[in-house]
Amino acid sequence: MSGKIYFGGLKPQRGEIHINRDRCKGCGFCVEYCPRDVLELSEEFNKKGYHPPRIKNEDECCYCQLCEAICPEFAIFVTLHSEEEEGENTESRP
Amino acid sequence: MSPDGKNPIENFLRMDRIPHIWCSGCGIGTVVSSFADALSKSDLDLDKVAIVSGIGCTGRVAGYVKLDSFHSTHGRAIPFATGLKLGNPELKLVVFSGDGDIFGIGGNHFIHAARRNMDLVVICVNNFNYAMTGGQVAATSPIKANLSTAPYGNFEYPFNLPYLAEACGATYVARWTVLHMRQVTTSILEALNRKGLSLIEVITPCVTLYARRNRLGDGLNLLKYYYENSEVRHGADTRTLDIRFQEKITCGKFIDVEKPTFLECMNAHLTKTLGDKYRPYGV
Amino acid sequence: MKTRKADPKGVLTGAHYLDGDFALAEGALAAGCRFFAGYPITPSTETAERFSERIPFVGGMFIQMEDEIASITALIGAAWAGQKVMTVTSGPGFSLMMENIGLAAMQEVPLVIANVQRGGPSTGLPTLTGQQDMMQARWGSHGDYRIIALSPDSPQECFDLTIHAFNLAELYRVPVFVMTDECVGHMHEKVLIPPADEIDIVERKWHQGPKDKYLPYQPDADHVPFMIKAGDGYRFHTTGLTHDQRGYPVINAEVQDWCVRHLIDKIDKNADKIIKLEEDQVDGAEVVVLSYGITSRVTIKAVQDARRQGIKVGTIRLITVWPFPEKRIQELAGKVKAMVMPEINVGQVVKELERSVAGRTKVVGVPHCGGWVHDPNDILKAIKEAAQ
Repeated sequence: MSGKIYFGGLKPQRGEIHINRDRCKGCGFCVEYCPRDVLELSEEFNKKGYHPPRIKNEDECCYCQLCEAICPEFAIFVTLHSEEEEGENTESRP
Repeated sequence: MSPDGKNPIENFLRMDRIPHIWCSGCGIGTVVSSFADALSKSDLDLDKVAIVSGIGCTGRVAGYVKLDSFHSTHGRAIPFATGLKLGNPELKLVVFSGDGDIFGIGGNHFIHAARRNMDLVVICVNNFNYAMTGGQVAATSPIKANLSTAPYGNFEYPFNLPYLAEACGATYVARWTVLHMRQVTTSILEALNRKGLSLIEVITPCVTLYARRNRLGDGLNLLKYYYENSEVRHGADTRTLDIRFQEKITCGKFIDVEKPTFLECMNAHLTKTLGDKYRPYGV
Repeated sequence: MKTRKADPKGVLTGAHYLDGDFALAEGALAAGCRFFAGYPITPSTETAERFSERIPFVGGMFIQMEDEIASITALIGAAWAGQKVMTVTSGPGFSLMMENIGLAAMQEVPLVIANVQRGGPSTGLPTLTGQQDMMQARWGSHGDYRIIALSPDSPQECFDLTIHAFNLAELYRVPVFVMTDECVGHMHEKVLIPPADEIDIVERKWHQGPKDKYLPYQPDADHVPFMIKAGDGYRFHTTGLTHDQRGYPVINAEVQDWCVRHLIDKIDKNADKIIKLEEDQVDGAEVVVLSYGITSRVTIKAVQDARRQGIKVGTIRLITVWPFPEKRIQELAGKVKAMVMPEINVGQVVKELERSVAGRTKVVGVPHCGGWVHDPNDILKAIKEAAQ
């Protein structure tokens, strides 16, 4: 822990990112639109020959779930990191 | 390789048919994702929600969504949905199809469904061409765009869909691009929670055809174009909502009015004229 | 096959003086049809008008759609919502409906389409009779599929055969055509409508078992799959694309073979149960006259005259025109000297007759381009020519 003090629901949430590598078609939407630059296209190929994303920086993920919303292949989703509690004003996908 | 835990959207999909057929960079999957999000946020009993699509890339949506789903013939999703709705008024009907299907061959059916204020949610994915058959010119293709049956550039005037919808009598009209995922969800949710003919137009990239033929790049390039050129103007005059080739796209919710639906009109009128002998239908 | 008695709300019991068009509407209501989507077209419009007048009191839905394509499509949707559905049209509308008749055949949707035939082709003779859409009923949509077509010869039969059409549609999950014509449609005659408890209605072949084991297109022993409707929690899928038992599209030759053969077998293998004929003095006949619809009534005069002149004439009236009674014809071919077939067209069902006979018997057609019924003397002439 970093030793910072957080008040009420101001503690930033962290997300746990789940990538279905073989469903990905390498469109790059999640990488481009992640507001925290958490993802990048990997060097490896998946079964279909695409470069799926890889997590560059999981600590930066703020659980905005934009990647989950924008992915056209249903290949990435984000769950709330288990150590965090849900804040009062979150609007999350069930 | 399956991730641990399940992607929540899988509850809404026929997972035995995934991965879907849409190209890399195509926006249809994202619109389906926004639709699933709206369904999950709504209070509707999903057993009573039925989805009808036509023919085309977007027409394949019915095959992937886990609702009572109907894949009809080209352009005929709207009368099919009308039959379902009037056959069982308890059902909530969503028509999910493309611009060529709904407004090309299906144009007449849209006009009359909007005129009657039939209780249908129409989600029209607009990629400016007939994609499934190889990128032919459509009623929504902008002037100058290159398409396989307009190989020297399109010279026909395209539709301005929100204007057309308003003129026909649609009572909820919104337009977004696929990049506005959350607003698409909000609009779909508003449409699901209301009665009457709702049209939500979602502009999406067509990478393999429209973008390639017009050298617009890939999905990311098109999303960037949407980002830089879309402007949200709620309540804008629909006459000003033309989309010119690679120019401004005005998004927002333009029409949202209350008006009795076809069934409400029928029941009200027949009750008034026939009195007690008439028992309202579907009530 | 589950039957029940007709719902008395839709049965206008009594003796009426109705035209064929009105009788079609009354037949539909008696059969339990509570959804009608149509478009006006002469000479069928009266059926739609009658239905629209009656349905607010019986309880149900009438909608005049923007065209015939929308009408037939709305019927398919309403059938999937669980309704018994019908429309009525004539030649030009029939042509427009063809694509989605194919959809109904492919999705195995029970529906009834009445075609009050008129002179064609194209706009033709809107107000005058014809029997020129008979082959179109059979082959009108693209691809291989089978349908059932009935041909009433009177307003009474318009009533009776419409009920029968609904029953066949439910039994075989198939579009059923009531091929009448302007003459029968606009002819006023006595129609006796029995009490509701004397009318047997076939119920839809609903699936009863566990939902998760249900396969939308798995044929039962009688070749007909069990049906369900939207809103019951099955979350099923149906498409016009070639599909497998799950209803999901599969695009390859093996599934195409399975899918199409099933649509063919469903009717072909049940043909004996479907075919309905009215025969008179066929045993020992020299000449057999086949006819259907209004022409069969004109034929009565010609046959009476021929018999008076000493020719042994038998008649077969096709109550079902499709499936065609190949087997019966093959039995008779070679035993009778000739077969005569008058039709108000330039020769349509007679070609099926020729095909079934396969050269073993002389076939004499009596064509008529339409606009009026045959002169019985023309049919008599053909019978005499055939008897030589």
